[in-house]
Amino acid sequence: MPRNIRIIPRLDIKSPNLVKGIHLEGLRVMGEPRTFARRYYEEGADELLYIDIVASLYGRNNLRELVRRTAHDVFIPITVGGGIRSVDDVTEILRSGADKVAINTAAVHRPALIREVARRFGSQCMVLSVEAKWIAPGKWEVYTDNGREKTGRDVKEWVMQAVELGAGEVLLTSVDREGTRKGFDLPLVKEIATLVGVPVIASGGMGNLTHLREVVEEGCADAIAVADALHYNRLTLAEMRTALETPPLEVALR
Amino acid sequence: MNKTVSIVDYGIGNLFSVSRAVEQCGGQPVLVTTPEEVLNAERLILPGVGAFADGMDGLRTRGLIDALKAYGQSNRPLLGICLGMQMLLEINEEFGIHNGLGLIPGRVCAIPSTDITGQKHKIPHIGWTALQKAPSQAQDWDDPLLCNIPENTKVYFVHSFTAFPTHDNHRLADAWYGGRQISAIIRKGRLYGCQFHPEKSGPWGLKILENFINLN
Repeated sequence: MPRNIRIIPRLDIKSPNLVKGIHLEGLRVMGEPRTFARRYYEEGADELLYIDIVASLYGRNNLRELVRRTAHDVFIPITVGGGIRSVDDVTEILRSGADKVAINTAAVHRPALIREVARRFGSQCMVLSVEAKWIAPGKWEVYTDNGREKTGRDVKEWVMQAVELGAGEVLLTSVDREGTRKGFDLPLVKEIATLVGVPVIASGGMGNLTHLREVVEEGCADAIAVADALHYNRLTLAEMRTALETPPLEVALR
Repeated sequence: MNKTVSIVDYGIGNLFSVSRAVEQCGGQPVLVTTPEEVLNAERLILPGVGAFADGMDGLRTRGLIDALKAYGQSNRPLLGICLGMQMLLEINEEFGIHNGLGLIPGRVCAIPSTDITGQKHKIPHIGWTALQKAPSQAQDWDDPLLCNIPENTKVYFVHSFTAFPTHDNHRLADAWYGGRQISAIIRKGRLYGCQFHPEKSGPWGLKILENFINLN
């Protein structure tokens, strides 16, 4: 079956700037997030993802004003993550113009939040954000607070539980690969994408178009989040789209 | 003078995007919450996300069901979006059997969890999928809502349930998912329903909204 893979620019924000790090650390300031968001919209992004990467430190998401201004002239779905801890927080961020929320830390601390958000706003609004770190072959641990805190939880078990509670999508970030350009953690993506019935967004590690095709064809990802490659102009959305729409080599040769 | 577009606010979902998109298309968005406002609207958008029963409950507790049914018979333009589209039909099978507004004959059922080859596929159907002619082609692509929208234009879907109008001539455009054709746009007279989100489908989605606003 043909699949329409979504390409989602990921903008990590340390208010007021777009930043980019390695392994979710060592941040570098890239510029004004809205300028990037607007450009990606015009170049054909399928959705946008804003993550407030310092929100957990301050205990709240600080992106409402940015989201409001972005949604004013960007007409594609916007997902916002970072520091969202309650149904009230979700209400506020949706009122600012977001379409979905990505929740990690607060859901790990209180899984019932997933059900509350899904009940109130629908599962399509509740994206489970998972930061996964490799610990042994076929085994990954859940991290929170941008890869800073370990939780002792198994990624597969956690994702299954969260989907059961009502998560409608999974944003799966590899802490090991994030910002490295070494390619996605394919075993991780494949494990999770084939485990659950909801779409999985692979994030972390894309360095080139081969990585992109691998994560879709071998990793079975339904969507990919891209930061680095776009922010540094190493790849364009059009190039990625073409790579995804070109049939696999063995088929093309027939 | 900008055309007024009344958007039904019944306590669910996010109206910011729809309002903002209407404004961008040259319309004047007004949120309406009472039966009188619905009955007096010139053109109406019924938005919505989430569960069918919650949506109908939201309409019921605000006393909007009869007003919407009456509006629907008044030959004024109505656009249901996503859940708003599904509520235009008669029956929904999400967590039990529920009655919809019954403005367009048909039912709403879950998208099967496997594709036509029997492989498991992802639910919800989330993403950008091409608009295509409905199988009957009883209605051609010339509908005013599709003015200047080429076939195969991709628009943004997010849904787990799908509409089956009883009459094929109420299917205006379809989309393929898992090897099946699902209703993307339904139409009966001046009642329209979009399963996708025109307000989140970039410039083409805005064009569809603009066409709706310009229906005369």
